[in-house]
Amino acid sequence: MLAYIVRRILYAIPILIGVNLLTFALFFVVNTPDDMARIHLGAKHVTPEAIERWKTEHGYDKPLFFNTAAQGVAKVGDTLFVDKSLKLFAFSFGQADDGRDIAREIGSRMWPSLAIALPTFLVGLLAYIGFALVMVFFRASYLDFAGVVLCVVLMSISGLFYIIGGQFLLGKLWHLVPVSGFEPGWAGLKFLLLPVLVGVVSGLGDSSRFYRTLFLEEIHKDYVRTARAKGLSERVVLFRHVLGNAMIPILTGAVVVIPRLFLGSLIVESFFGIPGLGSYTIDAIQAQDFAIVRAMVFLGSVLYILGLLLTDLSYTVVDPRVRLE
Amino acid sequence: MSLPFQPEILWSDALLFVLLAAVSAFVLHVRRHEHLCVPWLRVAQSRIGMAAAVILAVYAAIGVLDSLHFRPALPAEAGQPLRYGNEVRSVLDVVAEPLRTRVEKTYSEPFALHLYAKENLTLADGRQVRDYPRLKHGGAHLADERERAGDIARRAIVGGLWGAGLAFGLWLLLGLSQVRRGRGVATATARMLHAQEWAAWRTALIALSLLLVLGGVLVQLAGHYHILGTDKVGQDVFYLSLKSIRTGLLIGTLTTLIMLPFALFLGVAAGYYGGRVDDLIQYVYTTLNSIPGVLLIAAAVLVAQVYIETHAELFDTAAARSDLRLVFLCAILGVTSWTGLARLLRGETLKLRELEYIQAARAFGVTHLRILSRHILPNVGHLVLITVVIDFSGLVLAEAVLSYVGVGVDPAMASWGNMINGARLELAREPMVWWQLAAAFLFMFVLVLSANLFADSVREAFDPRAEQR
Repeated sequence: MLAYIVRRILYAIPILIGVNLLTFALFFVVNTPDDMARIHLGAKHVTPEAIERWKTEHGYDKPLFFNTAAQGVAKVGDTLFVDKSLKLFAFSFGQADDGRDIAREIGSRMWPSLAIALPTFLVGLLAYIGFALVMVFFRASYLDFAGVVLCVVLMSISGLFYIIGGQFLLGKLWHLVPVSGFEPGWAGLKFLLLPVLVGVVSGLGDSSRFYRTLFLEEIHKDYVRTARAKGLSERVVLFRHVLGNAMIPILTGAVVVIPRLFLGSLIVESFFGIPGLGSYTIDAIQAQDFAIVRAMVFLGSVLYILGLLLTDLSYTVVDPRVRLE
Repeated sequence: MSLPFQPEILWSDALLFVLLAAVSAFVLHVRRHEHLCVPWLRVAQSRIGMAAAVILAVYAAIGVLDSLHFRPALPAEAGQPLRYGNEVRSVLDVVAEPLRTRVEKTYSEPFALHLYAKENLTLADGRQVRDYPRLKHGGAHLADERERAGDIARRAIVGGLWGAGLAFGLWLLLGLSQVRRGRGVATATARMLHAQEWAAWRTALIALSLLLVLGGVLVQLAGHYHILGTDKVGQDVFYLSLKSIRTGLLIGTLTTLIMLPFALFLGVAAGYYGGRVDDLIQYVYTTLNSIPGVLLIAAAVLVAQVYIETHAELFDTAAARSDLRLVFLCAILGVTSWTGLARLLRGETLKLRELEYIQAARAFGVTHLRILSRHILPNVGHLVLITVVIDFSGLVLAEAVLSYVGVGVDPAMASWGNMINGARLELAREPMVWWQLAAAFLFMFVLVLSANLFADSVREAFDPRAEQR
């Protein structure tokens, strides 16, 4: 097991290098630091001196790959590639355009993100599986049909409308919950209810329908018939046999997103004014703060690879036949 | 020879025409091979699928009309050669000319006669009052404001009757074509109204008839009222929603056009050749996949934006600039979305490669290229089709989110995402401006719902696993 994990981590290194090279190419080669400076300075103030000054202030005043002015190792070391890109591997993200340390911001902003994303994920998973099981229990009846129709209708509505509608109905019209805002600790619970609810509802159509197909696939198999023939109740068949065996595909989709929950949701956080990583990213995109975007891209990839690893490990928990060697 | 207009082919138009040509070629190919027609006939028997297809076709027709661009000529000066303006128009603009040109000052409610904001008005006797001014165009033909309800009802009925008449003519025409094939009038009527094998076509016809009636009502009303209100700068929201159709459709289809070659070539190559090639391709798509989708799109769009801003001299019209940004967006969405299909194709090709008929072909010395094109590609076609149809609705929805994040289409371009984005501030106003959001919701919902329903019937018809159930 340990050997497997180590090997997987070693496999991750080339992928992360690839991510690193790709983002570096996007942000420094296609789009040179001079362009960045020009955008930030605005059209009026563009003089060669101003660009140079901006580059020095933000640490972009080095060559891309090879520094002819430096000596020895520094010829390769004192370059933008090493300074801005390779340092990401040490999780040293540098500074944002406003001078704040990105790593510290990430450390403090991931908790609000997690406070929204984790309950959304858990409640959502339970709700989707529950709804799918109900549909499968009443399969080939009008109730099942109505459920599928509901799913398709829910799927066809953009997530933005769930947020706007939820804020309007629950927040503005009925005054049940605050429209937006955040407060740490238990006092902030009232701020979390609406985003979590919206998050769960907006995924309902897609996921429940997917899980329903998974369950229906299992329910026609021989072992289910055997279980029924033994005289087991439909409830036991559904929960013990069907759900148990459908666990692998469910885990494939669900576990991989767990590490990324830290990053939060861009849209939900910006609508509800939650000071998490999602709104941090969206602000950075809108302010064209490339340092933050670069850091988040790298962090996202690391967490995704971690999610893949966790998925494989979770198979061994639910399916004793799976052994990782 | 000097035309009163100059045709203008934007990048996205050109790509759309390529796509249309490809689809036509595909249809011709399918029609010539009976075994390829079978699953499509199954789609044609699904009632929901056919009704959805009718709605999609109407959207597509509007989108294509809006893609035929031209630049109108400037007013001619004596002795001067004809010159063309910088403004790019489309055929849809010509059809909906009254909608485009009848611009109010600012917001007004659907069917309103007055502006949404109060202004200082000078009455006929010279007094100054603060009141809601009359709209310049909406309901301007009414002499008395109290006639509004009656006028709307009258116009709606007239329009509905026009539409119903057209629909009736359509039914009659189809019935006559049956009669001309040698069937009696009674049999033809019975076939059209009751025959089981006509059920799906009947549903499609009913859907089309309803759309015709609706269209008649809208045409009658839209000419005299702002049926979905006006936006902040007084533009007709109904017109904006119609213009947004093209944007939504292009995002959904051009992305596919750009993504398909990558997915097909790389996915099949990885599965077929295996070994080093497989390792490399898998590495590429794992790397791309591991970057959070929105962030990669955002990063690439930011880069594209900087490029467009720093190379402003390359684009002679504003339309060309926002159009190129749309194409960029489609390309980026394509690059980030080919991985899913490629992985599917790789798996399927791995399975196919070991089948006996391909082993036999190889033993006979058939070249790799020929095996790929004659034996592998036709057998993964259903996967490609199902994925493409399913992805479409997701892409339309993604446009709205990306425009909201600020990395979508050009803010000046009509799109549902931009309409929703603008509606956020409008909702906070008192009284609320809800019509722009409602319009975007309605148009998007109908499109995505029909796309989803159509995708379902396509999947059911093409998925070999669906048959046993």
